[in-house]
Amino acid sequence: MNWRGVRALVRKDLKVVMQNKGVSIPLIVVPVIVFVVVPALVALLPRLFGAMGAPTQDIEELLTMAAPPLREALSHYSPEQAGVVFMLAYVMAPLFLIVPLMVANVIAADSFVGERERKTLEALLHTPLTDGELIVGKMLSAWLPAVAVSWLGFVVYGVTANLAAWPVMGRVFFPTPMWIVLALWVAPAAAGLGLVAMILVSARAKTFQEAYQLGGVVVLPVILLVIGQISGVVYLSVGVALALGLGLWVVDGVLLRLGARNFHRNELIARL
Amino acid sequence: MSDPVILTHELTRCFGSLVAVNRLSLEVAQGEVFGFLGHNGAGKTTTVRLLNGVLAASGGQARVLGLDPASQGTALRRRTGVLTESPSLDERLTARDNLAIFADLYGVPRERVRRRIAELLEHFELADRADEKVGGYSKGMKQRLALARALLHEPDLLFLDEPTAALDPVAARGVHELILRMARQEGRTVFLCTHNLVEAQRLCDRVGVMEQGRLVAVGAPQELARRYVHNLTVEVEVAPEDTDTALQALAGLPVAVQPGSPRGQLAVSGVRREAIPALVAALVHAGVAVYGVAPQEPSLEDVYFALHGEGVHGQREVSP
Ligand SMILES: Nc1ncnc2c1ncn2[C@@H]1O[C@H](COP(=O)(O)OP(=O)(O)OP(=O)(O)O)[C@@H](O)[C@H]1O
Ligand SMILES: [Mg+2]
Repeated sequence: MNWRGVRALVRKDLKVVMQNKGVSIPLIVVPVIVFVVVPALVALLPRLFGAMGAPTQDIEELLTMAAPPLREALSHYSPEQAGVVFMLAYVMAPLFLIVPLMVANVIAADSFVGERERKTLEALLHTPLTDGELIVGKMLSAWLPAVAVSWLGFVVYGVTANLAAWPVMGRVFFPTPMWIVLALWVAPAAAGLGLVAMILVSARAKTFQEAYQLGGVVVLPVILLVIGQISGVVYLSVGVALALGLGLWVVDGVLLRLGARNFHRNELIARL
Repeated sequence: MSDPVILTHELTRCFGSLVAVNRLSLEVAQGEVFGFLGHNGAGKTTTVRLLNGVLAASGGQARVLGLDPASQGTALRRRTGVLTESPSLDERLTARDNLAIFADLYGVPRERVRRRIAELLEHFELADRADEKVGGYSKGMKQRLALARALLHEPDLLFLDEPTAALDPVAARGVHELILRMARQEGRTVFLCTHNLVEAQRLCDRVGVMEQGRLVAVGAPQELARRYVHNLTVEVEVAPEDTDTALQALAGLPVAVQPGSPRGQLAVSGVRREAIPALVAALVHAGVAVYGVAPQEPSLEDVYFALHGEGVHGQREVSP
C-alpha cells in the first residue's frame, strides 16, 4: 500500500471538503446540538418544571413505558434523578450515533460524488494510485473525521451532562459502561455505515446535493432505535450495544463488498 | 533502435454499440512528438485513456514504455504525465497545494518536492499567484498549472490532450517550445492530441489522423501531404496589365483562381503537380508575361481536409 499517496488523497479531500458550506455547517451545527444543547436542556428540564410547579409525575409516567430491565436499573434513583439518567444515559445514546453516521455520510458525499461533479476525478485516475489505494484513501477521508468528531463529542457530552445534571445528581454519573462501548465500538461502525452507504449512493447520484439527500436515509435506523427505547421495545444494555456494534460492522462489510465492486477506475472513468 | 514507447495492435474500445477506438495499430518511438488529429468524437481522448491504463480495452493489445497498461497500470502511470482535456484541478485549493498533493500522489522524492514546485511555478509564470485559490484563475492560468502538474515527476511519456486550447498566442508558443525541448533535448516522448493543425505541423515528427475511431493516415506531415494532397495551390506572378488575359486563359483549364487576388498576383488552386507545365504553356501561349510560378507546399490542413473529403478553397469542385 502506497501510504504516502493515500495520505495525500486524504489531505486533499479534507482541505476541499471543509470549504463546502454544505458540509462544514452541518458538521459543526449537528454535533453542537447533540453534544451540548440537548444534554444541557435535558438535565435542566426537571428543575425548570420544578420551578414552574409541575409535578415529577410526567417523568414517572414516561418511565413506566420503559423496558422492565431498564425500570429495574433506574429504580434505585430518586424519580427526579431517574428521569435525568433515563434521558441522558439511555434515550440520548442512539442520538449520539447520528453524529458518526452523518459526518461520514456528508464527507463521503463530497469526496465521492463531489469529486466527480467538480471534474477533478479524472486527474486522480491518471495517477499511479491503485484502485484499492483510491478507495482506501477516500474511505479514510470520511471515516477518520467521523470517528474523531464522535470521540471529541463524547468527551464534551460527558462534561456537559455531568455539569448540567450536578444539581440533581450530586455526583459524576457519566459515562456509563454502555456508553463506553457505544463510543469505542459502535460509533466507529456507525461511521462505517454512513460511509459505505454513500459509496453505494455515489454510483447513482450525479450531484453532491442529490447524494446528500439520498444518503440521509441511513439516519432512519437511529430514529427507530430512539423510538424503540422510549416505547420500551429495546433497552440499550452493554450486551445490546456490543451486539449492535457487531451487527453494524457486519453490515458495513457486506455493503462495502457491494460498493467496492463498482469502484474500478475503468468504470469510474466511463461514468465521468 | 530502441523499442517503441507506444506499440498497439488492433486496440479497440466499444461503448455499447459505438466503437470509439477501432482496431488501432500504432507505433511511437522514443523522443518523438506524435500528433494525434481528428474531429470531435474521433476517439483521441479515449485512446489516451486506453494507453495510460485508465480505461480497459475491449480488444487488441498495447504496450506502453514496455508495460501492459491493463495489468501494469500503476507502474506505467508512475512514468507518464497526463494533461487531461479539462484541467481537472481542485479549484478550492491553491496552485501550490494542487502541485504538492500530486507530488505526493506521483511519489516525487520528498527532498525534491519544494524545489520542483517552485521551479515549475516560476517556469509557468504562476509564482506570484501560487497561493491563491485556483478557482479565481483565468482559463489559461489553469491550463498552465495543469501542465505544470503533468510535469512534476519528470515523466518519460507525456500525453497532452489539447494543451494550447485555452492559451493566448504567447503562452501557446511557450508550450510549443517546452514540448520541443522535452523531446529534442530531454528525449521524452510526447503524444499530442490537438485540433490545431498549424501547431501539429510545427511540432510533430509524425501525425496520425483518426476518423470515427479508425486511424486513417499516419506519417510525417510532409509525407502525408505528398501522399494525400494532389491539388496544389500555385502562386503565379504575371505582368499586371496581362491579368485579364491570364484569367481568360486559365478559365479554359480545370483550375480555380482565388477571387480577390491583387492584379498581377494569381493564386491558382486545384492544380495537379503534373499539370503545372501545361498551365504555364497556356499562359505563355496567350501572350501573358509570366514572371514567376511557385507551387505552395501543402499544409497539414490541406491533408486533413483531403482526408476528410472536404474541399479546401473550393478545390474539389474544379478538379476532375
Ligand atoms: N464513457 C463513455 N461512454 C459512452 N461513450 C463514450 C464515452 N467516452 C467516449 N465516448 C464516445 O466515444 C467517442 C470518442 O470520444 P473521445 O472523447 O475519445 O473523442 P475525442 O477525439 O477526444 O473528441 P474531442 O476532440 O471532442 O475531444 C465519442 O463518440 C464519445 O461520445
Ligand atoms: Mg478529446
